[in-house]
Amino acid sequence: MTHLRVGRWITAVALLLLAGVYVRALAYTPVEASQGFAQKIFYLHVPAAIWAETAMIFVGLASIVYLFTKDPRLDRFAASSAEVGTVFCAIVLTTGPIWGKPIWGTWWSWDARLTFTLFLFLLYVGYLLLRSAVPDPGARARFAAVLGICGMCEVPFIHLSVYMFPTLHPMPIVLQPGRPKLPGSMLTTWLFSLGVFTLLYVGFVVQRYAVSYLREQLEVTEQ
Amino acid sequence: MRSPELLRHAWAVASKDLLVELRSRTAIVSVATFVVLVLMVFNFGRDQTAVSNVDLAPSILWVTFTFAAILALNRAFQIELENQALDGLLLAPIDRGSIYLGKLIANLIFVATIEVIGLPLIALFFNVRVLVAPLVMVIALATVGFVAVGTLFSAMTVRTRFAELLLPVLLLPFMILPLRWAALATGLLLAGRPLSEVQGWLNMLAVYDVVFVVLAILLFPATVNE
Amino acid sequence: MLRAEGLSHRFGAIRALDDVSFSVQPGQTLAVFGPNGAGKTTLLRVLAGLIQPQRGRADVVGGRRAIGWIGHQPQLYAQLTVRENLGFWASLYDVAPPAELIARLGLEAHVDRPVRALSRGLVQRVAIARALVHDPTVLLLDEPFTGLDRVAAEALSRLLGRHAAAGRASVLVTHNVEEGTGLATDVAFMRAGRFVHFAPRAGRGAAQVAEEYRNAIA
Repeated sequence: MTHLRVGRWITAVALLLLAGVYVRALAYTPVEASQGFAQKIFYLHVPAAIWAETAMIFVGLASIVYLFTKDPRLDRFAASSAEVGTVFCAIVLTTGPIWGKPIWGTWWSWDARLTFTLFLFLLYVGYLLLRSAVPDPGARARFAAVLGICGMCEVPFIHLSVYMFPTLHPMPIVLQPGRPKLPGSMLTTWLFSLGVFTLLYVGFVVQRYAVSYLREQLEVTEQ
Repeated sequence: MRSPELLRHAWAVASKDLLVELRSRTAIVSVATFVVLVLMVFNFGRDQTAVSNVDLAPSILWVTFTFAAILALNRAFQIELENQALDGLLLAPIDRGSIYLGKLIANLIFVATIEVIGLPLIALFFNVRVLVAPLVMVIALATVGFVAVGTLFSAMTVRTRFAELLLPVLLLPFMILPLRWAALATGLLLAGRPLSEVQGWLNMLAVYDVVFVVLAILLFPATVNE
Repeated sequence: MLRAEGLSHRFGAIRALDDVSFSVQPGQTLAVFGPNGAGKTTLLRVLAGLIQPQRGRADVVGGRRAIGWIGHQPQLYAQLTVRENLGFWASLYDVAPPAELIARLGLEAHVDRPVRALSRGLVQRVAIARALVHDPTVLLLDEPFTGLDRVAAEALSRLLGRHAAAGRASVLVTHNVEEGTGLATDVAFMRAGRFVHFAPRAGRGAAQVAEEYRNAIA
């Protein structure tokens, strides 16, 4: 029960801070010259994208250790991370077109980055579908781990592809070699938002983890 | 694990699968028919005056092969479940890797057969020159990659509900990348560009193959060991 | 020849094995009786190494190569002939398919027919030949008599007798006490993943074992 409560608190704090990110982004951060107001979505879009992808890496890493140790906690964590990753992908996939409409003039473009977030999203959905299609918990965990590891190994290829195709997408401006080219106050807002999304990820995962643990306990007692 | 033994057992598994396939023949006949039907769908499902054959050919080729391969992969582990033969394989003193490799070899030969049937048909129906050596290489490299992943996944999906539906849902995200590289390379080759221009795509496909074949061999035991 | 120590295993909420320990010596045939769902098949699969137990360990002298498995599924490929089937399984053990075994089971006339064209009884005899193709020293049998016709059942009984006489071991699990008792040197009753009785048969007949089984399981 405590896990669930901790998760709820973290999430509540993170959501409150998310509101703070927006107050700061809208009121205290300068409007970007070329993109105008639409650029504000960047503070939501990029941290969500970073965590959507990182969540898949965590799924993969937890899966590798699971196959060696068979510790059910790792399987629960991988499942939780995948669920949260799915949500973050959904955020990226909705904020992307909202930004794209005024800037590119179209809701959807088969731009490499957007496309590959869609892949990531579909990877997650497949992972969750596979979990729901296997009734035996042992087999479910093993199968999910195999898929999770494959998913993680797919991520570098997705990245490689992104850089090999001509794209309309803005190149990364924060995570690039050398000095970030972002003005100071924008960078601060962005880093603040990244921190908040990290907290959101942790809060969501802890809650999902607690819920799946409780569900398993329920199955045992029902027996 | 000694490698000659691994390969000998893998070949035993593969040749058994191919013999089963040869005996029943229904699978290869239905997949070949499916290929012809997909090509017909492509022919009638487009405006022939708007898109030229050579522009569309790479898509036709890869979409056809993708769906035919998924059909083929779906039944890879089916024969092992029919009489619980999989238990027999797992009980035999052979490496798990040789079971996977055997299945992979059988699937590759099966999918290659489909491609050998499909390629001349594409050349015939859409009037493009496809029988060029570099293109065969592109097809071979792309096929190894997605059949490797597909063989691994089919070992799992075959034991789930909705196996036929789940395999494509899991596999397609892993197929799209090599498919895209292969389709771009195919487009360049069909347009008569030299091999050097597609070298980059070939390298990507080769790296993808190596990574996922090794990964699948390592992960396969986890799909069968309870 | 075979040893189980503290085997425990559960499938989700279902406890299939709960601290099971025993050993089987050369020449012994252990019959494990239990109702459906008592964990008999899980026990056999753990002994065979098909399931890694969550707790405890199972050892078979000689490892996987020493184990022969006869279950209710024949583990044969229906499209292939008897010869091809036996040849395939023999190749996995790096042995030649034994002609003597085919003769002993009366299969010579059928070696070139596909398995799916054979009668049920014949398929069962081929399945027995398949399990013995590598001359195993430990036999694991899962409800081996279920669905066997008279000829196949007699062939199996003879084989098991000869197997035990050669100083080899068998574990057979079934819910049918009448069928299993005759061959057993030792008897165990299993309920909810536990051995509730485990002793030498010591001259007890099928009727007596059945009576004790009913009392132990009830």
